[in-house]
Amino acid sequence: MFKNEMKIEFPSKSQNEAFARVVVAAFASQLDPTIEELSDVKTAVSEAVTNAIIHGYENSSGKIEIECKIEGRTLTVIVTDYGKGIEDVELAKQPLYTSRPELERSGMGFTVMETFMDSLEVESEPLKGTRVKMTKEFKSF
Amino acid sequence: MNLKFSQKKGALVVTMLGELDHHSAERVRIKIDNKIDELGVKNLILDFSGVNFMDSSGIGVVIGRFRKVSEWGGKVAIVNLASPVKKVFELGGLFKIIKEYRDIDEAVLNL
Ligand SMILES: Nc1ncnc2c1ncn2[C@@H]1O[C@H](COP(=O)(O)OP(=O)(O)OP(=O)(O)O)[C@@H](O)[C@H]1O
Ligand SMILES: [Mg+2]
Repeated sequence: MFKNEMKIEFPSKSQNEAFARVVVAAFASQLDPTIEELSDVKTAVSEAVTNAIIHGYENSSGKIEIECKIEGRTLTVIVTDYGKGIEDVELAKQPLYTSRPELERSGMGFTVMETFMDSLEVESEPLKGTRVKMTKEFKSF
Repeated sequence: MNLKFSQKKGALVVTMLGELDHHSAERVRIKIDNKIDELGVKNLILDFSGVNFMDSSGIGVVIGRFRKVSEWGGKVAIVNLASPVKKVFELGGLFKIIKEYRDIDEAVLNL
């Protein structure tokens, strides 16, 4: 089975949201994805990185890591922050749930990740950080 | 993200060019709100023809502008959604409160 992997690390600046999604999309492009599959991955990565910046680090500076793996035709993306963590992950994943309505957040980030990828796992510990693991299998044609 | 403003039959038309994410959202929000206040317009047409990427930050921007113009009985119309952007709109349930039109002329007629 074909395997590949990469890892990047960057500070929690909003400029890096576009950088992160483009890097992951470039890595995924070796699987010859469709345009739709690629934009699904970009959107999901954007959600996870944005959450790390706004909620994890609450706009203070911190480190964000992204690890990607390819195994066969499956892409795994892991986004990690060492920020404030999530008290209740099940509640946080509910559609429309947001802890920051005053920032015009819609509470749809996790729902986007869940819908646009095949799987989503969130591990979090208050004051330690959050690790979001997503996978997507690219159809062959 | 670049924004272009124009007016058509009393509606403010905002043409967006670029990617609508958390990084660009803040400026987009402020610029549109300032323009609405400056011109005193009621209705808003958001032209997405130049937007090739949007995430949930964009849902917040659209709902926020909808709330703002609704206060004065205004409406928001959307035109020219690219398919990845439309997918996020659908998931966000935006079509329950805002209609999409084929082009600016059709939007103006229906506002
Ligand atoms: N990395 C993180 N660190 C701490 N809290 C988080 C993190 N990611 C998500 N959360 C919490 O989970 C909630 C739900 O996240 P989700 O992305 O679904 O919605 P949102 O970010 O609030 O709004 P949207 O993504 O639609 O702009 C957030 O409001 C926040 O409280
Ligand atoms: Mg979010």
